[in-house]
Amino acid sequence: MTKKEMKNPRTAYGETLVRLGDIYQNLVVLDADLSKSTKTILFAKKFPQRFFEMGIAEANMISTAAGLASAGKLPFCSTFAVFATGRVYDQIRMDLAYSQANVKIFATHGGISVGKDGASHQMIEDISLMRVLPNMTVLAPSDYTQTSRIVELMAEHVGPMYARIGRADAPVLYSEEYIEHISLGKGMQVEDGDDATIIACGTMVDAAFDAHHLLKKKGLSVRVIDMHTIKPLDEQLVLKCAKQTGCIVTVEEHSIIGGLGSAVAEVLAEKNVGKTIRFRRMGINDTFCESGEPKDLLEKYRLNEKHVATQIQSMISN
Amino acid sequence: MTATDAKNIQTLELMAVKIRKHVIEMLYHAKSGHPGGSLSAVDALVTLYFSHMFHDPKKPDNPDRDRFILSKGHAAPALYAVLAESGYFSVKELIKLRTINCRLQGHPVCLYTPGVEASTGSLGHGLSFASGVALAGKLDKKSYHVYVMLGDGETNEGQIWEAAAAASHYKLDNLTALIDRNFLQIDGNTEEVLRLESVYDRWTAFGWNVVEIDGHDIREIEEALQNTDTHRNQPSVIILDTIKGKGVSFMENNVDFHGVPPNEMEYKLAIEELTRIEQKLRGR
Repeated sequence: MTKKEMKNPRTAYGETLVRLGDIYQNLVVLDADLSKSTKTILFAKKFPQRFFEMGIAEANMISTAAGLASAGKLPFCSTFAVFATGRVYDQIRMDLAYSQANVKIFATHGGISVGKDGASHQMIEDISLMRVLPNMTVLAPSDYTQTSRIVELMAEHVGPMYARIGRADAPVLYSEEYIEHISLGKGMQVEDGDDATIIACGTMVDAAFDAHHLLKKKGLSVRVIDMHTIKPLDEQLVLKCAKQTGCIVTVEEHSIIGGLGSAVAEVLAEKNVGKTIRFRRMGINDTFCESGEPKDLLEKYRLNEKHVATQIQSMISN
Repeated sequence: MTATDAKNIQTLELMAVKIRKHVIEMLYHAKSGHPGGSLSAVDALVTLYFSHMFHDPKKPDNPDRDRFILSKGHAAPALYAVLAESGYFSVKELIKLRTINCRLQGHPVCLYTPGVEASTGSLGHGLSFASGVALAGKLDKKSYHVYVMLGDGETNEGQIWEAAAAASHYKLDNLTALIDRNFLQIDGNTEEVLRLESVYDRWTAFGWNVVEIDGHDIREIEEALQNTDTHRNQPSVIILDTIKGKGVSFMENNVDFHGVPPNEMEYKLAIEELTRIEQKLRGR
């Protein structure tokens, strides 16, 4: 696989919504005064009658979406990840998860690479919060292509779903031919390898990809898995990688508590892998972060290709 | 008022007593639940389900049906009794309330119980949900109307005011909220817990058409519903002046019966009182 140009996954979301708007006459979009940032504005311009600006009132947005869904609509709700989950946890729990409402929450600005706005806007608990809810599907697509396909799959699939992407542009990892290989609940092998496996999601798939190449120069062969669906988790793939490589590192722009790393750890701890596995979770180590340039933050909080490579190297050599 | 109207009103009043008896039976058997706020809501529920709303228990998913959302989910016994008497499920099922393997959960769940539109119990969500249904109705040019009942204490919740602003902004005139204004919430009088007055002025300021009526007078309720149905360009709110525990003397205006069921003696007394009301109505 080779990386191509930089494209913003948020744009993929907005453009896909516009495309889906023609296919699904019942698709409606709600936003909470952030449509320019989440790119739902693209849908709003094309389908003004089916776009609902809800103002800075996220709780009302989620419950209203549940009402729209109960009357046959297919609502997508968007805002920043921090406001789309923690702020409205009770509304998601009651009106979406408990009621199995066909509402999709698509959040942008997840993780610390939001950058200068600081910890108030850097959502590192959303995957954990959504994963614990019964009936909820949790997604973290990694690039422009995957985001487009995931949005399509969200529209096809009936039931409450949460997806989060970051703020920044990201390299396009997948060309068009990969689209048919993107399906819910199935991790994707980005690179093959035998010495260790990196399981990453969202913005960290790119760092994992680069770590693979850094390690390759050092003679190490490291597998990279893009685990865009965190719930339901592709347990078979996790077990297969554990058996075949004996070393697993998870990487996510999220707290190490409750997210992808925890989900993988649960599988490794409970299922019989048949051998001893070396395992580490890389993510935010139970702390709030701070303002700064995204690249400086990812360096300080050890979430770039260099740190991932160092982590793998230390595990393999020990 | 014609003779037919009077006859209809009497039928509805008798149904209200029947529903109150069901509520008492259900709570007595469940040994838990909320009598006060269930009893205060009964007359509005009976008017909606047995007189005013377009709905068909045989077609609970009819896209053209009027909707009722019980935002104050703890009044579930009253809603269940009204749904059962309407024919959504068997009246015999009512006394299974709150027991294991029963679809009549302590608070309403739309997935389990036919006729229940929204899962409620965590307060403050219902007005938003109802607004969503009303928005969909506008988009689809449907003629259905959406009714939602809020507790007066429930309007402490901030989300109610987010929804109040949005419903007014979107001119949801196919939406009518009913506030069960019984002046009591768990910790006491609503004005002492967290002042609500002026309820009328608050909703007016948010751009709603506000009507205040006797929440136990079925004729007034029906009239108010007819008037608010046809009011244009604004959502409407009907402030139902009610008595918590209405119909059972020792529960009336008694906050101790917010979330405590009747014991055996209280149960018998309550049924006796309601039976006397029933006999009086029949003799009228």
